[in-house]
Amino acid sequence: MSPSPHPIELLRFNTCGSVDDGKSTLIGRLLYDSKNLMEDQIEALERSADITGGGQINLANLTDGLRAEREQGITIDVAYRYFATPKRKFIVADTPGHVQYTRNMVTGASTANLSIVLVDARQGVIEQTRRHTYLAALLGIPHLVIAVNKMDLVDWSEARFMEIRDEIENFLPKLGVFRDVKFIPLSALAGDNVVELSGKTPWYDGPSLLGHLETVHIASDRNLNTFRFPVQWVNRPNDPTDHSLHDFRGLSGQIASGIVRKGQEVIVLPAGIKTKVKHIWTYDGSLDEAFCPQSVTLCLEHDIDISRGDMLVGVNNLPGRSSELSAQVCWMHQRPVQAGKKYFLKHATQTVQAIVTKLENRISMATLEPEAEPAALGINDIGGIRLKTAKPLVFDGYTTNHLTGAFILIEQGTNATVAAGMLAAPTEAAKPEYSDFAI
Amino acid sequence: MSSYHLDHLEYLETEAIHVMREVAAEFERPALLFSGGKDSICLLRLAEKAFRPSDIPMPFLNVETGHEFPELLEFRDRRAKELGAKLIVRTVDEAFEKGIAHPTPGQVSRNQLQIPVLLAAIEEFQFDCAIGGARRDEEKARAKERFFSFRDNFGQWDPKNQRPEIWNLYNARVNPGENMRVFPLSNWTEMDVWEYIKKEKLEVPNIYFSHERECFRRGGQWLPVPPPHPDGTTPDPYTGARPKPNEPVKKLIVRVRTIADMISTGMIESKTDTIDDIIAEVSAARVTERGTRADDKASEAAMEDRKKAGYF
Repeated sequence: MSPSPHPIELLRFNTCGSVDDGKSTLIGRLLYDSKNLMEDQIEALERSADITGGGQINLANLTDGLRAEREQGITIDVAYRYFATPKRKFIVADTPGHVQYTRNMVTGASTANLSIVLVDARQGVIEQTRRHTYLAALLGIPHLVIAVNKMDLVDWSEARFMEIRDEIENFLPKLGVFRDVKFIPLSALAGDNVVELSGKTPWYDGPSLLGHLETVHIASDRNLNTFRFPVQWVNRPNDPTDHSLHDFRGLSGQIASGIVRKGQEVIVLPAGIKTKVKHIWTYDGSLDEAFCPQSVTLCLEHDIDISRGDMLVGVNNLPGRSSELSAQVCWMHQRPVQAGKKYFLKHATQTVQAIVTKLENRISMATLEPEAEPAALGINDIGGIRLKTAKPLVFDGYTTNHLTGAFILIEQGTNATVAAGMLAAPTEAAKPEYSDFAI
Repeated sequence: MSSYHLDHLEYLETEAIHVMREVAAEFERPALLFSGGKDSICLLRLAEKAFRPSDIPMPFLNVETGHEFPELLEFRDRRAKELGAKLIVRTVDEAFEKGIAHPTPGQVSRNQLQIPVLLAAIEEFQFDCAIGGARRDEEKARAKERFFSFRDNFGQWDPKNQRPEIWNLYNARVNPGENMRVFPLSNWTEMDVWEYIKKEKLEVPNIYFSHERECFRRGGQWLPVPPPHPDGTTPDPYTGARPKPNEPVKKLIVRVRTIADMISTGMIESKTDTIDDIIAEVSAARVTERGTRADDKASEAAMEDRKKAGYF
């Protein structure tokens, strides 16, 4: 817990949209206008402007860090940027717009509190706008900003802005998971409504983009209700420096959700054994309680056989336990998936073998409607699949718990990460096989 | 509910601890790259937090160019001992003798030569993972780096074909001969590192604080005058790194902001005696820390090119 009454919060956001919508320029503008750029970075920009840009500073060169990106003038991979204002610290994932890099957009967005989808005011809503908004919803990002960019090129027309806003509001109810959605008219190139409110939009009464990022309420985004603790590493010293710890057996991990208290009853899954938390151990001393996402080491009342991949949970709101799973996936690899293929599945802290038993549907990005029983899901496709795992998983539905409802699929042999998956809510809760621990 | 809150340093810490424990759980033979610099000092504290009361379950590894600040080596050796960790050191000079690396004609800096030495050490000890202290905010090619950064049989990074990294589910699988570089401090900034050093009361080598030192001006930077080479029988390892007659030597009050070796580290004029002074200086700084690194100035893609070849 923080010693200061007003801890500086960290907001993670990503920017997405189509190629040339000006994502990298927008981030460059945020950094530049909030005085988070250093002289040598500005010098480097000016140097490359003299060489390639005809003297015009290209703010996108700040984030496009790879040679191929600068050559082609596009963003290939997620670039992370860091900046701070007196109100908040920010981690920005600048995610690519090209269709073939959608997997990187998912990478950047999976850890975000907020997603900024850029729309070119001249082009309006295009397939990439739908795809990225849909992905943000699918990934359960709580806060959405639709940044209508290049407003200077449509003469700051309120009518054009409202037209785009209406079109997006028409399909948003189909997605319907965002806590809040903000529409902001701006020009990343000129800086209007990015850091400071612009005089060019007297009809707009909302905050500037930075103003919104500094104030959007993120404190209740975390799940503090349901305790989930995937065991990451069994901490059993051979020869502890402190001899009083020679019987120490701790379970190290990061709390995925909820709060745990010393003395609290917990259930070890999948074994289904009930025991108590004897001790919450940390390097900085014992704690009476710990909460997500703290990393701690738990010692239990009883010496039970527990290893990496097991999960400790509270006695109420039990998770599901099943080897037959239903999930939405975003496919991320050139080799498509068909029913019958085998993969490694990494879920929380365990990796198991899994077979894709059925392709249920594929989401059409044009209509956002599912098309039933496709023959395959290819790269950048999103769809519903069914899986069977070699060992039952202890899990929650992704919408209620991101960290215990998410998985990745890994191709056997190449070890490529081929899919990001989100589990559907379990049909029934895990049943503890034994009500109490007995020696 | 406002009490159940992590501030930004606590958030970065728990993320880094999670990453380190994933390494311990998923790899057979990991190593931790420890140079004695400020970033790797944070790594050591995070390792203590991740693994105590057990031993830190991996050895420390450092590659020496032979041009190190002596203060740094003393600090490195002492910290490894204090933590009860095994420290493995491999040097560019040894690599010359073994034919693993060859001096580059006309090139004084041995920065590039660390690459074959590191790769040879990884092979010698069959390391399947090396934890490093690199941060994404240091440099724009690093801004594209993953937490778990896959390297092929030649130690190469392929930036256009990185494994997507989603949520906190790190794909740690490698085949024999391949390895992973893991960067727990990916999301930390230079300021975060100093704030963490302050919060955790971590000791840092004294060259981070102001001291008097003979320096000379070259390439827009103050470079330290290398230690004397009294021995007339062997070649001077600092040939080319010594001040020329038209580069007058000045005694200045300086410190380092980032440490490479003596040849690649620009000294900054500064009067900072405490961590608080350093934090104030970093927050007022108008250039990035890498602005004092000669090795990054070679070209706009200097870092990208070195990373593709197997650099940390």
